[in-house]
Amino acid sequence: MNIEVNGPKIYYEIPILGGIKITESIVNMWFVMAVTVAVCIWLTRNLSVKNPSKKQIVAEKLYLMLYNLVKDVMGEKYIKFVPYIGSLFTMSILGSLSSLFGLRAYTADFSVTLGWALMTFIMIQANKIKHKGVWGYIKSFAEPVAFLTPLNLVSEIANPISMAFRHFGNIASGVVITSLIYGALASLSKTVLGFIPNDFISQIPIFQVGLPAILSIYFDLFTSFLQAYIISMLTMVYVSGAE
Amino acid sequence: MLEKAIILAASAVGAGLAMIAGIGPGIGQGYAAGKAAEAVGRQPEAKGDITSTMLFGCAVAESTGIYGLVVALILLFANPLIKLL
Repeated sequence: MNIEVNGPKIYYEIPILGGIKITESIVNMWFVMAVTVAVCIWLTRNLSVKNPSKKQIVAEKLYLMLYNLVKDVMGEKYIKFVPYIGSLFTMSILGSLSSLFGLRAYTADFSVTLGWALMTFIMIQANKIKHKGVWGYIKSFAEPVAFLTPLNLVSEIANPISMAFRHFGNIASGVVITSLIYGALASLSKTVLGFIPNDFISQIPIFQVGLPAILSIYFDLFTSFLQAYIISMLTMVYVSGAE
Repeated sequence: MLEKAIILAASAVGAGLAMIAGIGPGIGQGYAAGKAAEAVGRQPEAKGDITSTMLFGCAVAESTGIYGLVVALILLFANPLIKLL
């Protein structure tokens, strides 16, 4: 019995700038992006005010849910963040749930979540500079007293790191635990059926069928939804709180 | 060979020790969930708000445990110490 837990595979390496790697995560992300764009185009075709079709009602409902969430958490002032929060949430949840279709979840790759967290970090800093001005922004690190500046800097930098690790850790631990469970169940069915001399019967995976699906309700569905909600919620709270 | 064995054994022990970090978030999240249950008992009509606030707080409290998990994963699957030999 061997259990393998791997990072994303490298498919191709572009030989410029010291080698840009096209990994499994990037390819899966392209796939999810293509599906999302296709669904969005399909949903927004033939819109009408007089007699809306069923799919238009669904699309409006989804958009209104997002709109109200952003309005409640960030306020009327930041309503232009609706597309960004919506894309972040969609990419996060579809990426985690793509493991149900046999793809490797790209949110279990630290570079993806770090990229999202860095985008949030840049938005926070930009919003701070916008509200306080450059000098006020620099001065805000020396508050309330000057010798706390290193602590303020560390707490500012810890924000994106903890956000990225939280999302990555939750999904990656699900991947690791799922592969451990498959290994354990494989050896269990081997022990139970191993004494049968018939080669075909002793290979039947009686325990791997069905049992992992129950655990995947927690590790895939619940965690994926929760982490997508958390990362978009944290983005909204941090960005609107940076004034 | 012996040096490698010592490093691998120490990494396995270290990964186990790193997961002790799970105690903190466990206690914290349990406390948060208990308080949320109290709040729902006192004010059942605010159940939706209480649940989403609790999940949000739990996820933030979880980060120290996740740091421990990341350290354990690095020690087990991407061990940097073995290259130092």
